[in-house]
Amino acid sequence: MTDTMSAPPPARAVAAPRRTPARRASAWLSAHPRFRLAFLLTAPLFWLGVVYIVALVLLLVTAFWTVDSFTGEIVTEWTLDNIVTVLTGALYQTVTLRTVGVALLVTIIDVAVALPIAFYMAKVASPRAQRFLVIAILMPLWASYLVKAYAWRSVLSQEGILEWILAPFGLHTPGYGLTATVITLSYLWLPYVILPIYAGLERVPDSLLEASADLGGKSWRTLGSVVLPLAFPAIIAGTIFAFSLSLGDYITVNIVGGASQMLGNLVYTNVGAANNLPLAAAIALIPIVIIFGYLALVRRTGALNNL
Amino acid sequence: MMRTSRGARIAATALAVGSIAVLAGCGTSSGGGAAPSEAAEELGDYEGQVSILAWPGYVEDGSNDPAVDWVTGFEDETGCEVTSKSYGTSDEAVNLMKTGDYDVLAASGDATLRLIAAGDVAPVNTDLIPSYAGVYDFLKEKDWNSVDGQSYGVPHGYGANLLLYNTEVVSPAPTSWDVVFDGASAYSGKITAYDSPIYIADAAVYLMAHQPDLGIENPYALDEDQFQAAVDLLKEQRQHVGEYWSDYLKEIQAFETGDSVAGTTWQVIQNSLAAESAPTEAVLPEEGATGWSDTWMIASAAKNPNCAYAWLDWIASPEVNAQATAYFGEAPSSQDACDYREDCEAYHAGDADYASQIWYWTTPIAECVDGRTDVECVDYADWTAAWAEIKG
Amino acid sequence: MRLSRLSRTMLGVVTGLILLVVYLPLFVVLVNSFSTSTSLSWPPPGFTLEWWGKAFQSAGALEAVATSVGIAVVATVVSLVLGTLISLALQRFEFFGRDAISLLIILPIALPGIITGIALNNFFRTIMGVPLSIWTVVIAHATFCIVTVFNNVIARLRRTGTNLEEASADLGAGIWTTFRLVTFPQLRSALLAGALLAFALSFDEIIVTTFTAGSGVTTLPIFILNNMFRPNQAPIVSVIAVVLVIVSIVPIYLAQRLSGSEQTRR
Repeated sequence: MTDTMSAPPPARAVAAPRRTPARRASAWLSAHPRFRLAFLLTAPLFWLGVVYIVALVLLLVTAFWTVDSFTGEIVTEWTLDNIVTVLTGALYQTVTLRTVGVALLVTIIDVAVALPIAFYMAKVASPRAQRFLVIAILMPLWASYLVKAYAWRSVLSQEGILEWILAPFGLHTPGYGLTATVITLSYLWLPYVILPIYAGLERVPDSLLEASADLGGKSWRTLGSVVLPLAFPAIIAGTIFAFSLSLGDYITVNIVGGASQMLGNLVYTNVGAANNLPLAAAIALIPIVIIFGYLALVRRTGALNNL
Repeated sequence: MMRTSRGARIAATALAVGSIAVLAGCGTSSGGGAAPSEAAEELGDYEGQVSILAWPGYVEDGSNDPAVDWVTGFEDETGCEVTSKSYGTSDEAVNLMKTGDYDVLAASGDATLRLIAAGDVAPVNTDLIPSYAGVYDFLKEKDWNSVDGQSYGVPHGYGANLLLYNTEVVSPAPTSWDVVFDGASAYSGKITAYDSPIYIADAAVYLMAHQPDLGIENPYALDEDQFQAAVDLLKEQRQHVGEYWSDYLKEIQAFETGDSVAGTTWQVIQNSLAAESAPTEAVLPEEGATGWSDTWMIASAAKNPNCAYAWLDWIASPEVNAQATAYFGEAPSSQDACDYREDCEAYHAGDADYASQIWYWTTPIAECVDGRTDVECVDYADWTAAWAEIKG
Repeated sequence: MRLSRLSRTMLGVVTGLILLVVYLPLFVVLVNSFSTSTSLSWPPPGFTLEWWGKAFQSAGALEAVATSVGIAVVATVVSLVLGTLISLALQRFEFFGRDAISLLIILPIALPGIITGIALNNFFRTIMGVPLSIWTVVIAHATFCIVTVFNNVIARLRRTGTNLEEASADLGAGIWTTFRLVTFPQLRSALLAGALLAFALSFDEIIVTTFTAGSGVTTLPIFILNNMFRPNQAPIVSVIAVVLVIVSIVPIYLAQRLSGSEQTRR
C-alpha cells in the first residue's frame, strides 16, 4: 500500500478534458439513447419517407382516379373503376399470368445455372481461381444492361450468331418473342443470383462437410442434407433479385420480346402513349402486391439478411 | 437496448399514417391550367435557343448523315441553338408536350386537336410568318390545324403509310394490303405493324375495300360493329406479327436482318434501307392508305417564342421545306418548294385530289367525323384500350 | 467434402461452359465494335477501327459519361451517409418499427423500377411542381442505393460488435470521437465495398432515370438508349460497352480485396 491516501493526488499525466459544448452534447446524448436513436434515424427516415413512401402512396392514390380521355387531364373523383378493370379484365389476367410465369421461369433457370458455378467457386476452386472467377462473373455487370439486351437482339436475329451456329444442325433461332425474353432476362440477372448464393455457400464451414463425410455421408447426401439447408436463405435471396427484376421489366421485352407484352409494358404504355396514369397506377398495384407477398413469404427464411 | 412505451408506439404509428393521409389529400393536382393563350402580336428578339419535338428526320443537323442538314443554316442565321427530340408515335408526342420542355412541335393530325383541347399549344399568328403565304391552300385552315378560323400552326407536308416488303421473300410483288392481313399466314412471325392505336384505322381502310357491307365511310368514324370488325381483323393479324414498331430505326434494323419481311412503313424508312442496299421496296396498295399531314405548332408554355416563330418560317421556306420533305419522303407544303425537288410528280405535290384520298390521321371522337348522327362512334380512349387487348 | 475427381472436373467443365455463354454476347459486342456493317449482321463483313476513333471523339458520349459519373458520385456519397446512419440505428438499437424500416430500405430496389420511376416522376412534377433536372435523378438514385450500403455496413457491424466502442467510451472518448477513431476504421472497407456497388448501380440505371431526368440530362444509359438503333451510332455504343467492361476490372478487383472474404482453408 502506498501512502497516497494522505498525500495530495499527483498531477495528472493527461489533462482533464475540457467541458466544451461538443463534450456536453456528447455526454448528454450518451445518457439519452432515445435521442441518439432519433438523431440517427431522422435524416434517412425523412429521406425515405418523404421521397419514396409519399411518392409511392400518392401514386397508388392516383389509381382511384380517372383521366379525361380528350384533354388528358386527371379527374380527381374517387372511383374503383380502374381497380375493377385491372382485376377482372381478361387482358390483365393474361398478362399477369404471363409475366409471373416468365419471372418464375427466369428465376428457376438462374438458380439452376447459378448453383453449380457458385458451388465450384465456393468449395472446389483454388483461392486464386476463386478470385478470378468472381471477377469474371462481375465484369459483365458493367457492360450496360441495354447493350447486353441489344447484343442478344443481335445474337437471336435471323442473321445473328445463333442462327449461324444452329443452321448446320437444321435448327433455327427462336427469333424475338417470349423465349427470347426468358433467355435474355436469365442472362441479365445471372450475376445477381450467383453472388448471394456464392456468399452463402462460402459461409458453410468446411468442417461441417468433413464431419458429414466422416459420418458416412456420400457427396449427394451431404449436398442435400447439409449444404442446401444452410445455403437456403442465400438461394432465396438470389431469387428475390431475379424474380422482382423480371416482374417489372419492359425494356428487354421491347428489345427482344417481339410482339409480347408484360406487366411492365402495360404500365409503360399507359403512362406514356395512353397518358392514363390512374390506370397505370392500378396496373402497378399487381406487381407491388405480388412482391410484397413474396417478401413476406421469404422473410421467415432469413433471406433478407443475405441480400 | 430500449423499449418505447406502448403509448409512444401508438402515437408514432398514428402520426405516420396521419401525415401520409394528409399528403395524399393534397393529391395529384391537375397539372397546369388549360388557359388558352393568345397568338403573339409581334416578334421580339431571338432568345438564343429553341427546343423542338418532332418526328424523326424532321430536324436533321448532319449527325445522321453529313449531307443532310438544315439546322446549321438556321442556327447561323438566327443564332437560335437547336436542341431536338424525336418521338415514335403521336401519343408519345402528346405526352411529352405536357412536360412543357419544348417550344416547337411537329404534330400529325391525330395529335393536334388533343393538344389544342388540352391547351398545350398556342394559336399561331400566321402574319408573322412570311413563308406561310406560299403554302398550298388545301393544307391551310383544315380541321386538324385550325379551330374556328384560328390557325394553330404551319403545314409541313403530307404522306401516306406505305407497305414495305422484302423483295426476296415476298413474291410476287404485293399490290394489296392482304399480305399483312388475310394473307399474313404465309409469312407468319415476320409481319410487322405500327405500334399505335391509330393503326386500327389501317384495318378499317382494308375493310372498306374487302368488307363493303360493313358500310365504313371513314376509317376514323367507326361505330361499335365496324370497330369490332376491325379489332377482330387485327387480332387475327396478331398471330402472325413478329414485332410491332414505333421506333423507325428498329424497323429498319428488323428489315435489314430479315426478322420482318412485310409491314406498314414510312417512305423515309425505305429510303434508309435503299441506302444500305437492302432488298426492300415500298408500295402504296390499291385499297388506299392512311397517312399524315403534319403541322408545326408552338407550345403555349414556350420559353423561346421568337426563335420558335423563326423556326416555323425557316422550315416552311421553299428550299428548306423541299430538303426536309424530300428526306422524309413526303410531299412538300408549297409549290415553290417543287423548284428544289425533282420528284414532286411522284409525290403528287399540289394534287388536291390525291391528297384527299389519303386518310389523314385524325383523332377519333364520339361524334362521328364522317357526319353520321344516328350512331355514336368509338372514341380514342376506347381505341387505346382495344389496342392493348389486340397486342395481348 | 471429398468429391471424386470426375465430379470436380465435371463441375469445372460446367462452370467453363457457363462462363462461355456469359461472355458470348459480350464477344459479339466486341466484334461489332470493329465491324464495318452498321446493321450488326453476323458474320461481320469487314473490320475497321473507325468506330473506336469516333467514340473517343464523340462529344455526346463523353458528356454522357461525365454526367453519369457525376450523378453516381453524388448519389453514392448521399447513400453512404444515409446508409451508415440507418445501419447504426438498426443494428445498435432495438425499437418498435425496426422490421418495417428494414423492409422500407429494401423496397426501392425490390419494387420494379418502373413503379419507382413513375411514382417519383408524379411526385416531382405534379405534387412538388419541381421541373425534372439532374438533381431529381440524383435524389432517385440515392434512394435505391441506400440498400447496398446498408447491407454491407450492417453485416460488418454485426461482425464487429460493440466491445471496442464501449472501451473507447470508458476511456473518455465522446460520441463523435468514438465514431471517428473506432467505428469508422472498422467500417471503412465495408463502406468502400458498398460505395462501389452503389456507384455501379447508379451508373447503369436506366428505368428510373428515364422517368426522373430532365430533358437536358443525358446519362450514359440514356445516351445508349437513344443511339442503340441508330445506324451511325450503334457501333459507338458497342465501343463504349467494351471500354466499360475493361475499365471495370479495377474497381471490381478492389471491391474483392476490400470486402474481406476470408478464404476458408480446405
